Amino acid sequence: MINIRRRKILKGTLAAGAVSLAASAGILTPQTVLAAWPKSAFSAKSVNDAVNSLLGSSSLTGSSDINIKTPAIAENGAVVNVSVDTNLKNVSSISILVEKNDSPLAANFNLAPGTIPFIKTRVKVRKTSSIIAVVKSGGTLYSAGKEVKVTIGGCGG
Amino acid sequence: MAKKWKVRANLKGDVTTVKALITHPMETGMRKNKKTGKKVPAHYIQDLVAEHNGKKILNADWGPAVSANPYISFKFKGAKVGDKVKLSWVDNKGKSDSHDVAVK
Repeated sequence: MINIRRRKILKGTLAAGAVSLAASAGILTPQTVLAAWPKSAFSAKSVNDAVNSLLGSSSLTGSSDINIKTPAIAENGAVVNVSVDTNLKNVSSISILVEKNDSPLAANFNLAPGTIPFIKTRVKVRKTSSIIAVVKSGGTLYSAGKEVKVTIGGCGG
Repeated sequence: MAKKWKVRANLKGDVTTVKALITHPMETGMRKNKKTGKKVPAHYIQDLVAEHNGKKILNADWGPAVSANPYISFKFKGAKVGDKVKLSWVDNKGKSDSHDVAVK
C-alpha cells in the first residue's frame, strides 16, 4: 500500500517537473517573433496537438468536399506542390499539415470573406506521409488527407 | 541577385488569381553545413499578408516546412483591372519586405 502511494507521488513530481521545464524553456527562447505567430502550433509534434493549438479544437470531421491535389510520388521532398480547394461555405482558414514531419504544421492561411477557398503552395515533406488539409468553415473543422510518396527527403536530408 | 518577387494578379470573370514567387532561403534550422558540421540557423518567413486596395484578403502563418523560395497562389473576388494587390512578409529574424502589383 505504502509502496503504491510512493510510486504515485514520484510519478506526480516527475510529471510536474517536466511541465515546468517545458514552460521555462518556452520562456527562455527569445521572443523576437510576432506575437500573432502561433509558435506552439508550429512546434507541436503531432497533427492533433498542432490543430488543437492552432484552431482550438482537434475534432476533425472528414469531408469529401475538400479537394487536395498533390503529386502521388514526389521525387524531391523539398518541393512538393500542394493545392487545396473546397466547396464548403464560409471558410475562414485553411491549414496544411504533413503528418510525418517532425512538426506537422506547415502553413495556415486565414481567408477574409470574399477570398475564395483555394490555396496552392509548396511544402517540404520529410518522408512518405499523408498531407492533411484542415478547413475551418462556420466554426467546424473539416479535414481531408492524401498520401505522398517521397523518394528523397525534404528536411536537410 | 535574383529578383525578390515575382507576382501576378490576373482577373478572369469576377475572380482574381494571384500567383507569387518569393525569393527566401526558408532554412529549417535542421540542415547542417557539410564543411563545418554546424547547423545552419533557422531563417524562414513566418507571416505573409495579402491586401487588395489596402484591405486584407489573406494572411498566412508559415512554418519552416514551406519550401525554399515559397510559391503561393490564391483567388479572390471583387477586384477590377488596375486595382492594387500588395503582398508583404516578415521572417523569424524580423526582416520584412513587400511588393505590390496591379491587377491585369
